[in-house]
Amino acid sequence: MEYINLAIKAIFVENILLAYFLGMCSYLAVSKKVPTAIGLGIAVIFVLTITSPVNWFIYEYFLKPGAMHWTGSAKLAAMDLSFLKLISFIAVIAAMVQIVEMFIEKVSDTLYNQLGIFLPLITVNCSILGGALFLVEREYDLAESVVFGSASGIGWFLAIVSMAAIRQKLRYSNIPDGLRGLGITMLVTGLIAMAFMAFSGISL
Amino acid sequence: MADATEAAEPLFSTKNRKTFKDPFMVNNPITLQVLGICSALAVTAQLKPSLVMGIAVVFVVACANVTISMMRRFIPGRVRIIVEMTVVATLVILVDQVLRAYAFEVSKQLSLFVGLIITNCIVLGRLEAFAMGNKVWPSFLDGLGNGLSYAAVIAIVGFFRELMGSGQVLGFKVVPQALYDNLGYTDNGLMVLAPGAFIILGLLIWVQRTVSGHVED
Repeated sequence: MEYINLAIKAIFVENILLAYFLGMCSYLAVSKKVPTAIGLGIAVIFVLTITSPVNWFIYEYFLKPGAMHWTGSAKLAAMDLSFLKLISFIAVIAAMVQIVEMFIEKVSDTLYNQLGIFLPLITVNCSILGGALFLVEREYDLAESVVFGSASGIGWFLAIVSMAAIRQKLRYSNIPDGLRGLGITMLVTGLIAMAFMAFSGISL
Repeated sequence: MADATEAAEPLFSTKNRKTFKDPFMVNNPITLQVLGICSALAVTAQLKPSLVMGIAVVFVVACANVTISMMRRFIPGRVRIIVEMTVVATLVILVDQVLRAYAFEVSKQLSLFVGLIITNCIVLGRLEAFAMGNKVWPSFLDGLGNGLSYAAVIAIVGFFRELMGSGQVLGFKVVPQALYDNLGYTDNGLMVLAPGAFIILGLLIWVQRTVSGHVED
């Protein structure tokens, strides 16, 4: 029950894109067509679900103050490497994205061709690094971090796919010149964010 | 390469000035290239964190551009993203530690968004697009220009969100109390929340594009 609650919170109430603005760059760049949006959304869910526990593990057993207690050496146990978290998280993420890229290349050529240029972008997709940093800040345990990671991914997926669907329709509307493209996308995202705010306060 | 002619080029030649100036209007990283939106929205609920964030980004972009530009001949093409990330991450850790030491309150407000400068697309975008193929001095100017124009945009967004959301600028009350008492004026709480950020930035993009005449199809 606790986990369902956490998942609902991460998907709707505190949507990683609409409430924390994470992953906006690729959200804006790739939300022009629904199929590509779905592809990237799935890739993000996948990468977030994998990297969250891995980063949790690294933080818990290597970086946290006193984390290296398990080595048995008092010197190592006294070390506080938490300032290294940014650099080690981003390294894990870059490596994971590389693996996902190779995996997709093997499994599906069409998906690879569609996502080819965007996959490296996932490395710099803030939602992945942001998710990892949230784990640390909120002190989740292993199971919670898996749930949180995948739920945030699903939330991001929902947001980008709905935006892509709206943008496909928007193409037929008559928008003032300066507002076309990015401008109207931001305004519509604002409206979606408002709609998602209606979920706040829900808990199971 | 023709080192002699390059050495002869003045420090502030027209080309270099253009490199520095372009990002502000013609090629603004946020409103035209759509880069670095995440942090532009997240930290701008108030003006002060926006300014601090702006300074941090200027520092990181300029230094990263210089570093990568110096190393550009030695970075193998295949692993360049990881090399760039490492340089950026190192700089960001520096900024993070300095903020924690000297501006703890703001650093707490910015929380993980300082760390997210690493994934700010402006930084990586400039490294990829400019620093990898240009000399050190132009790269520095390019970084400075892009960083400053980013800082300018988030300062504007932060100013309006704080003004409309809480009637304050930099923590000082500017909307007169009489307005609240007599005319029933209330702060627009939405501006401080996420949707306000999207809408303010959307409108800002509209204004900027109308002025610069940029039309997207």
